Amino acid sequence: MSFNFILSAIVFLPVIGAVVIALLPRLHPKSVRFVALLFTLVAFALSLAVFYQFDRSLDAIGRMQFEEKVLWVPAINAHYHLGVDGLSLPMVILMTFLGVLAVLVSWRVELRPREYFAWLLFLETSILGVFCSLDLILFFLFWELELIPMYFLISIWGSGRKEYSAIKYVIYTLAGSAFMLAGILTLYFATGTLSIVELTGVLNVKPVIPLAAMFFLLFIGFAVKLPVFPLHTWLPDAHTDAPTAASVILAGALLKMGGYGMIRVCVSIFPGIALQYAQLMVALAVVNVLYGAGVTLRQKDLKRLIAYSSVSHMGYVLLGIFALSQVSLVGATLQMFSHGIVTGLLFAMVGLVYEKSHERNLDNLGGLARQMPVIAVVFTIAGLASLGLPGTSGFAAEFITFVGSFSSSAVKWIQIYTILGVFGVVLTAGYILWMLQRVFYGPPQEKFDGVPDADTVDKVCIFTFVVAIMLVGLYPAILTNVIRMGVEPLIILLGL
Amino acid sequence: MSSYVPWLIFLIPLGSFIVISLLLRPFFKQHPRVSGYVTICSIGISCLLSFWVLKEVIATPEHRIAIPDVQWLLIGNLNVHIGLIVDSLSAVMVVVVSLVSLLIQVYSQGYMHGDPGYHRYFAFMSLFTACMLGLVLADNLVFLFLFWEGVGLGSYLLIGFWFHRPSAANAAKKAFIVTRFGDFGFLAAILFLFYHTGTFDIEELHAIAIAGSLAGTVLTWAALGIFMGAVGKSAQFPLHVWLPDAMEGPTPVSALIHAATMVAAGVFLVARLFPLFEHSHVALTTVAVIGGFTAIFAASMGLVMTDIKRVLAYSTISQLGYMMLGLGTGGIALGIFHLFNHAFFKALLFLGAGSVNHATGTFDMREMGGLRRVMPWTYITFVVASLSLAGIWPLSGFWSKDEILASALEGNTVLFYLALVTVFMTAFYMFRAVFLTFHGEYRGGSSAGDGGHGGKPHESPAVMVVPMVILGILSVVSGWLNVTGAFDGFLGHATASGGHGFVQGLFGVLSHPLALVSLMVAGLGILLAYAMYDRRWISAETVGRMFRPVYTMLYRKYWFDELYERVIVVRFLVDGVFAVFARFDAQFIDGAVNGVASGVSSAGAAVRRAHTGQLQVYGITMAAGIIAIAVCFYLFS
Repeated sequence: MSFNFILSAIVFLPVIGAVVIALLPRLHPKSVRFVALLFTLVAFALSLAVFYQFDRSLDAIGRMQFEEKVLWVPAINAHYHLGVDGLSLPMVILMTFLGVLAVLVSWRVELRPREYFAWLLFLETSILGVFCSLDLILFFLFWELELIPMYFLISIWGSGRKEYSAIKYVIYTLAGSAFMLAGILTLYFATGTLSIVELTGVLNVKPVIPLAAMFFLLFIGFAVKLPVFPLHTWLPDAHTDAPTAASVILAGALLKMGGYGMIRVCVSIFPGIALQYAQLMVALAVVNVLYGAGVTLRQKDLKRLIAYSSVSHMGYVLLGIFALSQVSLVGATLQMFSHGIVTGLLFAMVGLVYEKSHERNLDNLGGLARQMPVIAVVFTIAGLASLGLPGTSGFAAEFITFVGSFSSSAVKWIQIYTILGVFGVVLTAGYILWMLQRVFYGPPQEKFDGVPDADTVDKVCIFTFVVAIMLVGLYPAILTNVIRMGVEPLIILLGL
Repeated sequence: MSSYVPWLIFLIPLGSFIVISLLLRPFFKQHPRVSGYVTICSIGISCLLSFWVLKEVIATPEHRIAIPDVQWLLIGNLNVHIGLIVDSLSAVMVVVVSLVSLLIQVYSQGYMHGDPGYHRYFAFMSLFTACMLGLVLADNLVFLFLFWEGVGLGSYLLIGFWFHRPSAANAAKKAFIVTRFGDFGFLAAILFLFYHTGTFDIEELHAIAIAGSLAGTVLTWAALGIFMGAVGKSAQFPLHVWLPDAMEGPTPVSALIHAATMVAAGVFLVARLFPLFEHSHVALTTVAVIGGFTAIFAASMGLVMTDIKRVLAYSTISQLGYMMLGLGTGGIALGIFHLFNHAFFKALLFLGAGSVNHATGTFDMREMGGLRRVMPWTYITFVVASLSLAGIWPLSGFWSKDEILASALEGNTVLFYLALVTVFMTAFYMFRAVFLTFHGEYRGGSSAGDGGHGGKPHESPAVMVVPMVILGILSVVSGWLNVTGAFDGFLGHATASGGHGFVQGLFGVLSHPLALVSLMVAGLGILLAYAMYDRRWISAETVGRMFRPVYTMLYRKYWFDELYERVIVVRFLVDGVFAVFARFDAQFIDGAVNGVASGVSSAGAAVRRAHTGQLQVYGITMAAGIIAIAVCFYLFS
């Protein structure tokens, strides 16, 4: 069966590309990007094939598909175990999609391009590995691997206080991972298995430490990544100082590892604990949304503004997850996907504005709509998607999350939290429109005369984003029909 | 009737938007006129289809045509279908929207001639019209909300059309954010209704409300949330602040926003969900009170504005207040009938203002005057529209206003007197504008107007005048549709005036005391304006000086802009709460993070001193350790 290895192929194609780039010293620096593009494109095409082949029938609910399982470390019963279900498949597609576009975004990287693209491809593999792993040790391995390429990408190709931000990012995440590893180990000692599939919903053995403690050990690791207030301060620094493609992947796919982990590990393995502490989580989610939006409104640096907006938008993911209803969990997963492409595009646009105008400070920008009309139009579309305009993926995701949360029966007072969260959309409109006005509107400035607009490669890249945003916005069922396959079993576990 | 025809009504203008933005603007940049033609053709077809649909709806006994819907989303109990409602309300609305929009597009060809953004203008206009048409046809709240926000987007893009002007960019942002504040309430109400009923379908919600299974506080809260959305969109107090600024867009855009799209959406929404309001006394009273108060509140500000478009803007807010008052006291038919009439004369007034601007390059009435001689067509149509707005028999405004006054008198005496005072103010400010603009002597003009018009005043080209004349005729006759009560009857509202002939109805109304009173009040308003601004028997300056504090308060718009923008948004939120957040984030949270890091490294530095490298020290430490462990072991075992 040739199809048996399709997930491995998707996960490892990028890193094979990285090895090819690294091992072919004769390769012309300009050709490197074509090699990178080729490998990411094939990975993307394969993930679409998986999406196409994915069994959406009723009896496939709760079953992993395209599974691959090989015994890996017999001593601890660890397996090389990959598989996708309705939760992970959208994340895999998101990552392979962003992988292609990240290469296009980096088309004009001049500094050490071979290393750059090799790290970028390595990064893609590690994130894909997280989304496909069904064994906790394998999951953790990929989780940690991701730090290495990201560290180099930020500290070498970044800007501003890049060394500080890179180190901060690594240490912050490692601190979170330390808790997570402790959680994984306690789980292993309590049950003797590392398989996520086996652990899901059958945790009735007597644990070493209280279940809630295990839950929170794991949760902290994911909370750093999502990020959840007050563990979010690595994000603005890392996003702001990372090179554009790394910001795109950071905001687009990396944050989703946190949300995905919460659903896949915290909620799936500890449904009872999740229910018990849902109130706290939902409250934190509202803080994320409103506090994040408030801080965003104070930002003067264009890139930092977008970075903080992610904190706010990830609050909706947290809200949807811990509202613990079927619809809200679908909404949260869709919001992860939507935020991935919308914020991915926003960072790509910030990168373009900065690359062309060499300016990121909102006080010094203005009137650029005349000089860069295409960038202005696409930036506006991205902004509108971010503020949840109907017809874009942002609305579909937020709306489903809100409906699901509001009508959830799992959490007390959830209606009040949801309404507070809904108020976030007013603040979002505020900072997005304020930002667009500061960058593009007003009288054209002489200092920006002659700055170029988007070129052909840029256009291909950003228009692809726009098409994806509109597609999911106008017909969200294309994804929700898959996502609900993964959510349905959780609802049964939760007993709702 | 083929069930796809109603879909085409909004899909064709949407197609026009797509064709212009993806095809014409990138590849036919040198032929801007084509975009205008595409837009006019597509909205023209929509208009024809709308009339046809209206005809079909009239022909159907229950005034309703079922259209099959399609599934859009299904997750658990969340099942969203999209489909259309074709009933008397939506049939009337599509006709108004497409007809007014069509005439405005024709006019725009002249007004926007030579503007570098010609393609973009017509693309946005198509989008704006398409969204409004979709909004009135949508059969469920999610689908409606899609267009609702689409209309908001259209207005944002068009108000900010000349985005290089900071004032236009500000106005666009303000319009979007203020209406979004209202939309927050609407969205909350949608969630709330779904939570309690499990459906978004408007007709199912009607049935639930009528059956009484959704009642009491739940229904009231839902209705109030919906009304909050309507207050934002229809610029009712206290979310009225965006509409006067929205005149920063090209004038035909203002005509469209004020007449048929955008602001009409709020009134329409209340009418569409009227059964929900009907069954909640509190909600219905709120609608009437907010409407009645907004009517007089906005009219008072219209008294002192010197910018002709601002006068018209406040008049719109005031008239929308009337519509809400009509809905709140009398029902769907009253509000929608006034919306119907208002659409024609208000579009005409704005087109007239645009025509004047085309000639003089300014909107400041202090720099106009005497234009009736050079612009006879503009003058005549403007006067007709003003008379209609003032509610003078037998023009259209009279009929709908009279109905609203009558139902207010029945419902709530205070609101009736507010409305009656508003009649006086309306007549006064409209004729103040007429006299200042068209009578007296020309007081110069500025050369820098929007679109670069200006110079010596002249009548506008035929492409602009013809739509104005058509609207002028409609402003006279549109009210006659209800002389026999036919319009009310069509919208499901049986009136006392029903059952008599047209001629009898047309003249018979003059024997009603209420009609005579309102005519007299309006006449007094016109007379006062004539005395002050044409004959100048009374000096406007002296009056202004006598009531200086009142004048200042009105001229400064009761300081609402200052309150919202400076005090609430800037002082309280951005420089207040959010500044605290930002500082907390940078100093406390991130400070703690960096503090932990530096704490660890200084702890490391402290411990490093122990590593002296001297074996003796290590040996002593080890021995001390062993002894300590042994002692502990001995003591605790």
